Amino acid sequence: MQTPTLAASPAAAGAFVRQQLAETLPPPASTAGAIGWLRKNLFGSLSDAILTLLGITIIVYTVWSILDFTVIRAVATGINGDACRKPGAGACWPYVTSFWRLFVYGYYPPAEQWRANVVFALFIGLLIPLAIPSAPLKLLNVLLFLFGLPIAAGIILPGGWFGLVPVETQLWGGFLVTLIIAVTGIVASFPLGLLLALGRRSNMPAIRFLSVVYIEFWRGVPLITVLFLASNMLPLFLPVGWNVNQLVRALVGVTLFTAAYIAEIIRGGLQAIPRGQYEGAQALGLGYWRMMVLIIMPQAIKIVIPSLVSSFISLFKDTTLVQIVSIYDLLGTIQQSRNSPIWSAPTTSTTGYLVAALIFWTCCFSMSRYSQFIERRLNTGHRR
Amino acid sequence: MMEPKASAPPGAGERRHWLTDPVFRSVVFQSLALVAMAVIAWMIVADTAANMERQHVSVGLDFLAENTGFDLAQTLIPYSTASSIGRALFIGFLNTVLVAILGIVFATIIGLVVGVARLSSNWVISRLATAYVEIIRNIPLLLQLFLWYFAGLGVLPEPKFSIQPVPGWVFINRRGLVFPEMLMGPATRWALVIALVVAIAATIAIRVWAKRRQAATGRIFPVGWVGLLLIVGLPLVAFLALGADLKLTAPRISVFNVSGGTTINPELVAMLAGLTFYTASFIAEAVRGGILAVSHGQIEAAKALGLSGGQTLKLVVMPQALRVIIPPLTNQYLNLTKNSSLAVAIGYPDLVYVGEVVFSKLGHTMEVIALWMIIYLGTSLITSFFMNWYNRRMAIVER
Repeated sequence: MQTPTLAASPAAAGAFVRQQLAETLPPPASTAGAIGWLRKNLFGSLSDAILTLLGITIIVYTVWSILDFTVIRAVATGINGDACRKPGAGACWPYVTSFWRLFVYGYYPPAEQWRANVVFALFIGLLIPLAIPSAPLKLLNVLLFLFGLPIAAGIILPGGWFGLVPVETQLWGGFLVTLIIAVTGIVASFPLGLLLALGRRSNMPAIRFLSVVYIEFWRGVPLITVLFLASNMLPLFLPVGWNVNQLVRALVGVTLFTAAYIAEIIRGGLQAIPRGQYEGAQALGLGYWRMMVLIIMPQAIKIVIPSLVSSFISLFKDTTLVQIVSIYDLLGTIQQSRNSPIWSAPTTSTTGYLVAALIFWTCCFSMSRYSQFIERRLNTGHRR
Repeated sequence: MMEPKASAPPGAGERRHWLTDPVFRSVVFQSLALVAMAVIAWMIVADTAANMERQHVSVGLDFLAENTGFDLAQTLIPYSTASSIGRALFIGFLNTVLVAILGIVFATIIGLVVGVARLSSNWVISRLATAYVEIIRNIPLLLQLFLWYFAGLGVLPEPKFSIQPVPGWVFINRRGLVFPEMLMGPATRWALVIALVVAIAATIAIRVWAKRRQAATGRIFPVGWVGLLLIVGLPLVAFLALGADLKLTAPRISVFNVSGGTTINPELVAMLAGLTFYTASFIAEAVRGGILAVSHGQIEAAKALGLSGGQTLKLVVMPQALRVIIPPLTNQYLNLTKNSSLAVAIGYPDLVYVGEVVFSKLGHTMEVIALWMIIYLGTSLITSFFMNWYNRRMAIVER
């Protein structure tokens, strides 16, 4: 900063006149720098200081307990649970390394597990460009993800075509099933949810009534009862002689259930579109479907992307419930293997659950971060 | 807002072909939809009837009067293996209600504290609250229940080596939390109930009076403290006045078993812990959102008036934030109630668990599932009705 010099007036000549402004002093040490930050944010008052110390104690204790269990006292190698059964042993990692194939693929035959890998690779290969807003060919990408991926997975995983050995769905399991249920649940329920949302906002009372009944019914009952319904009753609802396998039953249940939630999310988006957009479309002479497809839906769906992601997160977490109807997803395979006679030890269960928790947490946390990123991106016009 | 009606301009009706007439189309579409629904419903009913006839299964609610023949771990009302299936299901329902109400109370308290803590100016506290929310809500509830139940139970000792917070009286072991059974004479019991009712009524009366006085004079009366004192103190006084008529029976601990005393089952503790901490992380987010929605000028004005931090929160921020918080809070309460159905996975005898035992042992799957759905749907609808009423009462009255 330029220091302004005081104009030397003739009258002041001879007398002492300070020619320059005093240098600006730095702020007191107690309000600036690390100490200032500490005083302001941690030790502002006595109660603040107590809270801070309490918080630090909790953090240190938690971090230490986790470190102690997963690293310091942990058993790193072994061919069975003997080492883990010793008193004071921590996490039983060899249990995880010996069962990781079960956690990822379930009982899918080891010789055929490359097929599951192909599906994983396709999923990731399509998901990454889909998630990057500036990636090209977005429409093709979306269509491939929504239609190509399920069809490809539907051919590759069960097999029976093109010389692939058939693999019964009872053998599928682990993370593979978690992914299948979550993705199918959201992809298959989307069209139904869209129609229900439109139905709920329709001018036709009968259509509106049917949509409201559907949505409120599925939103009012817990997913577990829906899964029990699907797995026990679905075969009864179908014509005599039709047989549906357990996985498909669960998928039907999850889809019907999720559709109601998606319908409510999309309805929220539809309600946020100003009336002028509808009137503008009608003034242009567009009919109902063209108005919806060309004008309203693109705007409404863009608004609700963050909510759709959070509904996907909760669906992803809810896939763990399918083990109650004997489909073994990631958590289900842990639940099945944790008490195996070879590995059973006081800490085996905790180790398995921690691994599952870490996997679920990583997936869900990154999705929620992504949804916040999209929200900020879409929100640029209104940011202050 | 409904979609604007596509109304034909005046005079256009005569020139319009009947096929493109909106009224005609609307009638046709709705009739088609209703007919389609009726056909689907008829097909499902017909198929189900055919399937059931083939499997020689009959439908009806008569089975509710039959004997169960199985035992239940936690019963709030008397029950034995000779009780009816209907009674067993009712016990399951009571257990669901118990865990839902306790869970809602605890989750609200923790959620409120964590939500406020996330906005604290104390860096450590706000980070700690953020970490809590981000970790807990991104891990499936079922996994958390397993962690509490299977991993937690693995750590607890056998009855012989119980942890004894009050030696000889309170025991913590694999059978749960065991504490002394309390027996009171009928007079004391009634006196306690009456004292409690009187204390609650007095607190409400004081609250009304204090509100009126505050409106008239501006002076604040500490209703919360006085109420707490009344609700704790009055029953205590009544209890002591009647000669402290209380008989404590300490539980007896043998090598593998516990006899006597009152036991809180580990299933209930695990359910409560799981539901409470999971739901609290969502409630905390709702609370944070609500507080952030209060305009900052309100807080500055409160500070300018000389209100303390606590007073600002209690008198200025919370009443306004509540309006924003209530709708998502209702949703979380309903979610908690529905999530209590995960009890079936850890063996807490709630409605779903009992129902599952009934149909896996005795059949009648269809009726049990229908009962579940009616009860949960009813609970959801009643709760949302009540919360909507409360929400309307709390909403800003525009003048």
